[in-house]
Amino acid sequence: MRKVYVVGIGQTKVKEHWERSARDLAVSSILEAMEQAGIDKADAIYVGNALSGELTGQEHLAALIADFAGLGGIEALKVEAASGSGGAAVRIGYLAVASGLQDVVIVTGVEKMTDLSAPATAEALVTATDDHYEAIHGLSLVALNGLLMQRYMYEYDLDRKDFAQFSINAHNNAVNNKYAMFRRPMTVEDFENARMVADPISLLDSAPVADGAATIILGSQNVNSAVEIIASAVATDTIALHDRRNPLFLQGACESAQRAYAQAGIGPDGIDIFEPHDAFTIMAALSLEACGFASEGEGVRLAMDGEIALQGRIPICTMGGLKGRGHPVGASGVYQIVELVQQLRGEAGANQVDCRLGMAQSIGGSGATTVTHVLKVPD
Amino acid sequence: MSLAKHWRLQRQRYRLIGVECEDCGGRFFPHRQICPQCKSTRVGPYQFEGEGKVYSHTVIYDAPAGYEQFVPYVAALVQLDEGPLVTAQLTDVDISDVCIGMPVEMVTRRLRQYGEDGLIVYGYKFRPKLKGDH
Repeated sequence: MRKVYVVGIGQTKVKEHWERSARDLAVSSILEAMEQAGIDKADAIYVGNALSGELTGQEHLAALIADFAGLGGIEALKVEAASGSGGAAVRIGYLAVASGLQDVVIVTGVEKMTDLSAPATAEALVTATDDHYEAIHGLSLVALNGLLMQRYMYEYDLDRKDFAQFSINAHNNAVNNKYAMFRRPMTVEDFENARMVADPISLLDSAPVADGAATIILGSQNVNSAVEIIASAVATDTIALHDRRNPLFLQGACESAQRAYAQAGIGPDGIDIFEPHDAFTIMAALSLEACGFASEGEGVRLAMDGEIALQGRIPICTMGGLKGRGHPVGASGVYQIVELVQQLRGEAGANQVDCRLGMAQSIGGSGATTVTHVLKVPD
Repeated sequence: MSLAKHWRLQRQRYRLIGVECEDCGGRFFPHRQICPQCKSTRVGPYQFEGEGKVYSHTVIYDAPAGYEQFVPYVAALVQLDEGPLVTAQLTDVDISDVCIGMPVEMVTRRLRQYGEDGLIVYGYKFRPKLKGDH
């Protein structure tokens, strides 16, 4: 097994890119990352993407992107795990380099999801759920999380407004990230007055649908301000929320995190910054609990007490997270790695946290796939 | 829109038929080939009674395509008396009356329609349990 380093990063802004297609976005991020890494070719490209078929009528995406990025015939494969596709692609790239079979690997996450109407996009997003027993009942992904949030509030005697700091923190950090979709701070009043999407989830609990592409270059050499990936782990849980042993505990996220901690030889106390899958405020709270940063029912309190802010005990969403930077569904997992690399290299500007170990977690659907990576500044 | 897919699911959708494990006695919905509790493959059909309680609920305002006409509608996790949770809509109920713990019973209702002249899919929803109805 070899060490694996991130030796280059690239990203597009996250927004509604009316004038750019998936291939345009992906290629831009690839060229930027390759230039930064000082390479003009690679051994393979793994593309993380969730919905190119459903939303744009295009499957076979990796071959397409390799073609248009001028990568001439290299190994190119698409990796899909719903909203965890980005993390999953990082995982496959990691396996390729760690195994010794590939030396330089491009990992790109891309999603083009703003071309269709909101109902059509919501319909595509529920392909992440159980088609036969969840989606058919008219559940949106938001509604599934609404069921979680409702039950969580009931069991732990909380109000909607107790979740506000997750979104406020994300937006505060996004202000200083030039690639972020939302660069305006959010107030508690904004949060409390937000429109309901699937009660109790409001618009401001929810990460936005958006377009974007992010790329990392993986290599086996510690060169070029490299950041080392010291742990990579994937775990699954039941596809449907109703089959979870305890719906309020993200067992897959817990197992994935535990395997990552074991591989890295650390516990949650060793993590300086965390990029969780904050697709919804409830997901951020449950992720903190599953990863051992808070006990069950206490995740919201971390936010209320300011511990998730840049100067807190466990800063999360340091460049805006899914909520503030935006959530191009299959790309988010790669944006998380890009942002950890920026932090660990000391390139995070106004959002800089003093850190040596960062963790990113990308989740598919309501928790059926979880991909966890831990990154470290090399000694 | 797949007629075959919905036809295949009629035992689950109309009669709430899941499985019972011959080895550990566990009852699960929907049907699986492998018992999720003990991994045995000795499972046989089990028909659930259709009674339970609301475990959680949400009101959907932004619907996926195909469901816009029903907005606002209530989706829920229902804990069947026999143990499993199922996902379903609640029906014949005022939104403001929905609460965790509410006793409910299965009814068969239209789940969706594929276009004006298209296939109508029926299946289970749950309504508040009617008093004195047994």
